[in-house]
Amino acid sequence: MKIELRARPFEPLLELGFYQAGLSELSGQYGATAIFVGTMRDFNDGEPVRGMTLEHYPGMTERYLRRIAETATQEWSLLDVLVIHRVGELRPSDPIVLVAAWSAHRAAAFAACRFILEELKSTAPFWKREDAAAGARWVERNTPG
Amino acid sequence: MSIHVKYFASLRDRLGRAEDRLAATERMTVAAVWAALWPETPLPPNTLTAVNMEYASLEHIVREGDEVAFFPPVTGG
Repeated sequence: MKIELRARPFEPLLELGFYQAGLSELSGQYGATAIFVGTMRDFNDGEPVRGMTLEHYPGMTERYLRRIAETATQEWSLLDVLVIHRVGELRPSDPIVLVAAWSAHRAAAFAACRFILEELKSTAPFWKREDAAAGARWVERNTPG
Repeated sequence: MSIHVKYFASLRDRLGRAEDRLAATERMTVAAVWAALWPETPLPPNTLTAVNMEYASLEHIVREGDEVAFFPPVTGG
């Protein structure tokens, strides 16, 4: 399991490839890999957005990300989980989050990937501040999905 | 020893500072920590509260050395 916060832009599919290449001891065991990539849009609430800052609570954010991944691992008997989440300054089209789950069969990987993402959005302490045309504004709530 | 209080995101901007220190009194709740520091400012609705980096209710009793955090709804992912 790897849970990581990144202060610099990252390439989710390269990260996924590198990480999976390191899972050689699981080779032959997993039959399903579900991934979710969240990417920054250039619009929100009908307005163009030029940039975004992601603030977090150092210590608590990592603790909750790890706990969510561990809960998912127990709930769905996953073989492995990878979560990478950005903090700091982002530009439109920058990846924000990567969630990947490996399991023997697809149902567990799909369900766990969704669970991790939704739990992360509702409990992990992150806050988005957008740089919109009218000035900087804090995002007050996440979209329902 | 004292209670270390932290504020994040829009709440920190609104209050104009990121942290406070406060001497704990006996049976002091998270709500009482806020009231002691911000007697004129009601806690904004939807504010989330944590003690020692675990979500905690407003009724949670704090102790000397605890870290108490107040922050708005989270918007990661």
